[in-house]
Amino acid sequence: MCDHCGCGDGGVVTVEVHERILASNERAAAHNRAHWLREHVVAVNLMGSPGAGKTALLEATARAAGGRLRLAALAGDLATDRDAERLRAADIPAVSITTGSACHLDAALVHSALHDPPWHGAIDLLFMENVGNLVCPAVYDLGEAARVVALSVTEGEDKPLKYPVMFHKADVVLLTKIDLLPLLPDISIERIRDALAHVMPEPLLLPLSARTGEGISSWLDWLDERRRRLFGDE
Amino acid sequence: MHEYSIVQALIRRAEETARAHAARRVEGLRVRIGTLAGVEPVLLLAAFEVCREGTLLGDAELSIESVEAQWACRCCGCGIAAGGALRCEACGGPGQLVAGSEIELDSIALEVDDV
Repeated sequence: MCDHCGCGDGGVVTVEVHERILASNERAAAHNRAHWLREHVVAVNLMGSPGAGKTALLEATARAAGGRLRLAALAGDLATDRDAERLRAADIPAVSITTGSACHLDAALVHSALHDPPWHGAIDLLFMENVGNLVCPAVYDLGEAARVVALSVTEGEDKPLKYPVMFHKADVVLLTKIDLLPLLPDISIERIRDALAHVMPEPLLLPLSARTGEGISSWLDWLDERRRRLFGDE
Repeated sequence: MHEYSIVQALIRRAEETARAHAARRVEGLRVRIGTLAGVEPVLLLAAFEVCREGTLLGDAELSIESVEAQWACRCCGCGIAAGGALRCEACGGPGQLVAGSEIELDSIALEVDDV
């Protein structure tokens, strides 16, 4: 008994844990990943700043490949259904994941959305358009097979250096809105590549324009290569 | 501010452990955060202050060990200095992060009736 209040003598024990704090997200991500592998779906986690051109990229992807590939999308946004509406208008079955105040998608949110998907039958490619943000989405595995970052030419050449976590985990960086380059004489693609090489071990930058379609075929080739790598030639 | 959802996961895990050990309260937590984990220690502490209220962690201390980022060659294992291109000077192979992405709960200190 303690001398003060008569409670039992307390003591401190230390429990060693050594566990990733986001282990439950990682379990949910592994579940999503196994589901997509079984269903032969290439799941893409598409990230980037607000206004980087993520939705426009998906619209352009649908215009160029919609006849050949069965596309679907989950659109993460703090509020509104606007991105999903645009995607549906581009013939991509899409559903919004409204995150409220959360600044990122997580694997459980994605999993819940998959329980009542807006598409019917099999799909080839599932785009998860993350919340526009270069910080928080980088931390959460959704179970994707590919991490894609959209970076627009107007955002500044040093963005990769300022947001190293986002860019170092990317499989490919899409440099969007290159149709604006003639208006931006101070922006150099080479300097963006150089910044990327400082944070991304195997830097891969694909310049493209959703508006003119320039570069979209390289992006589709990259997606096809990913599909072959995951599922072989089908 | 994903630091809030990280703190919520942390508190959930600590409370589960406290209950499993029939602890009175959680005295402290030690976590390891890599400098390239995408988690800001100052914001993590601020989120912890807010979220711990009303839990078994009411006056628990959160101590954060920062882990410096380290790169090594994926092919030959040689160290690669940060600040330049992430390529191995010896063999040209691409770098990979070998430390600095940690978001880990190391240990939980619990106050229990009998030690």
